[in-house]
Amino acid sequence: MDWKWDFTFEVVLPRLWEAAGVTAYATFVSFLLALVGGLVLMLLKTSRNRAVSFLAGEVIEFIRATPLLVQIFFLFFVLPEFGITLPPLATGILAIAIYNSALTAEVYRAGLQAVPLGQWEAATALNLSSFHTFRRIIIPQSLPPIVPALGNYLVAIFKETPLLSFVAVGEIMHASKLIGSEYYRFTEAVTVAGIFFLVLSLVSAAGVRVVENYVKRRILH
Amino acid sequence: MTTRIAAIAVLTAFLFGLVVATFSELRVFLPALLLGAVVTVKISIFSALLFCSMAFIAGIGRLSKVTPVRWACVLYIEVFRGTSLLVILFWFFFVLPEFGIVLSPTAAAVFGVGLNFGAYGAEVVRGAVAAVPKGQREAGIALNLSKFKYMTRIIIPQAIPVTIPGLSNLTIELIKATALVSAVTLVDITFASVQQNQIHYRTLDIFLVTLMIYYCIAQFVRFGGGMLEDHMTRHLAKRR
Repeated sequence: MDWKWDFTFEVVLPRLWEAAGVTAYATFVSFLLALVGGLVLMLLKTSRNRAVSFLAGEVIEFIRATPLLVQIFFLFFVLPEFGITLPPLATGILAIAIYNSALTAEVYRAGLQAVPLGQWEAATALNLSSFHTFRRIIIPQSLPPIVPALGNYLVAIFKETPLLSFVAVGEIMHASKLIGSEYYRFTEAVTVAGIFFLVLSLVSAAGVRVVENYVKRRILH
Repeated sequence: MTTRIAAIAVLTAFLFGLVVATFSELRVFLPALLLGAVVTVKISIFSALLFCSMAFIAGIGRLSKVTPVRWACVLYIEVFRGTSLLVILFWFFFVLPEFGIVLSPTAAAVFGVGLNFGAYGAEVVRGAVAAVPKGQREAGIALNLSKFKYMTRIIIPQAIPVTIPGLSNLTIELIKATALVSAVTLVDITFASVQQNQIHYRTLDIFLVTLMIYYCIAQFVRFGGGMLEDHMTRHLAKRR
């Protein structure tokens, strides 16, 4: 094994640092889109219209049962056939957002179902408006289970962004692949990319735990 | 619940067969996709075996009283949960040879996927072992069972049924994750569909068929997991 420190510091680190920006951008934008998309899917699934809720349930099932990579390819190759030409980064963000919407929809649903039925009945008995029921009774009680789960999905999305390298988005994994093929040295680039992911996901997992404790203390006590 | 899943599985398989039969021009690219599907299933089976055994080894080792064993298991779990699967696959295939360990593409894929998911499975197993009631442990001590017998005869048999739903969910995730093995030069169904797309330009058909195949495989695993769970809990009182 020959590990070259000067190569690591002069070539690998600066280029991965540039690419880290793309990774962070893709992570946060697709997380925000997934938060909204999950809410929409959840509302469709819990709709009173049986057909709508069945259809939404099966769509969620289908998205969850197929690999993200194939979905990325699907959007990347199929959207242009319908005349929608997006840059690779936008396509990738869209794919990750759709995939995770199906997952966050289940999180929202589980959170709302965790609120005991008696709370709804009590709100009705107190003649609260539906806005106030949600704002003051339901949402505060459903947040403690939802927030940590959503935080875990943020970490999961972060670890899914390397898939974007398959459609030539210049994120960290793509940068390290390029360095590997330009200099024919994979060792440093791939190892540094691995350490980058390891450190950041451990840090963000710790962050999620802090937020979880904060939400628990702030809302329930 | 399981009947519904069975119905969906049969229905999708039937519809899939129908589509294949009707649009017979699918014959142009279908053989290549099915060859890829065989690779996907092969990698899935081997890495699922590795995943299950690593889940039990690391999940139980994490609860060990011997400090080095516990630390080794925690290190394994945190490292493989913290890094991205694609990075692990690349690392196994391109960097391990630098250390003198040369893996074939299949071996790199199986080890990468299996070890990565084993770390997630270890948490499932840990939760299941922790969920065994405390009285069982006290009864084991009262009966003066050896540590080994107490684990293999009392705790693990009761923990296994609890792990089934979590592990079968992770198995579906694992099958989906094998889509990444083209990174180590294997021609699985995902890579085959990309290749066929470049040859035939029938993008929509090819990728829809690929998605359907993954969906069918996932439904079969879900169905099998449900049956396994019913089989293992048949002597227990049903909660509903």
